[in-house]
Amino acid sequence: MSAKRLRTKTYLLLALMVLFGSLGNVLLSRGMKETGEILDFSPLALAAVFGKVFTNGSIWFGISSLLIFFVSYLLLLSWADFSYVQPASAVGYALVALLGYFMLGEFIPLTRWTGVVLICAGVALVGRTDPSPSGRVRRDSQRAGAREAQARQGEASRNGEGPRGAELETLTPASPEAAPYRACAPRPKGRG
Amino acid sequence: MRLILFIAIVILTGTAGDLAVSHAMKQIGHVSPITPSAIFRFLALAFQMVWLWIGIALMATGFFSLLALLSWADVSLVVPATALSYVAGALGAKFLLKEHVTPARWAGVLLVCLGVALISMS
Repeated sequence: MSAKRLRTKTYLLLALMVLFGSLGNVLLSRGMKETGEILDFSPLALAAVFGKVFTNGSIWFGISSLLIFFVSYLLLLSWADFSYVQPASAVGYALVALLGYFMLGEFIPLTRWTGVVLICAGVALVGRTDPSPSGRVRRDSQRAGAREAQARQGEASRNGEGPRGAELETLTPASPEAAPYRACAPRPKGRG
Repeated sequence: MRLILFIAIVILTGTAGDLAVSHAMKQIGHVSPITPSAIFRFLALAFQMVWLWIGIALMATGFFSLLALLSWADVSLVVPATALSYVAGALGAKFLLKEHVTPARWAGVLLVCLGVALISMS
């Protein structure tokens, strides 16, 4: 996958994370406010609260949003560095503040504006770095290792040792790191 | 003193949870392309990862410690202080996950940390 496509994919998943994370929290908050303040903590009253909470549409939409958030987070972490994802997802704070200002007409004090600006600057800085340089370094070193092995192989076959094709098969050993990749690849039909 | 200890627990358990989840996902490896069936297989694999469950348990511990802390401590101090988890996260990524944290990322992390602290002051 080209660096550009990887970056687009990373931004897309980040956007999903930020969107559904914020949406989920807002919906849960709305659902709980609709339920009303919990004053009576007797088992019977709590059971009634549970009934009310889990028949509330906002709560279910909120939980679904947070599930989408979590799955996006997991997917994103499957390739992007944690030191990229964590600061980059902080853009949600700034977004919520801006939405509050432009859509709800909320008053935002100067300290909060400063915070928004700092977060945006920080996210811009982090967002421009390579999402997964650590992974790329690892892959490159593996590739370099394979090239080295190939070079050795070429030498060996020139020296008339062994059939070349057969040994090429073993050039990409199933490293423990590579194994789970296969588990995610489409499985041939008719098995398991 | 008790306050600092509790804030440290909240930050460290929450961040450790995120790091553990990140570690689990790196073991699965890059999901590409993202199709519904690939997501399904990915999740089936993810939930078999011990580190994912350790991460979720740590995150839950962090969350409930935060709730407990907020029941007696000052919100306007605790919530901005949790912005330090961005620094803890970058340190954990560097030393535990062996990620290459570039100077640009460090600068970004510090700006975000400051920004989140400012935004959550009321």
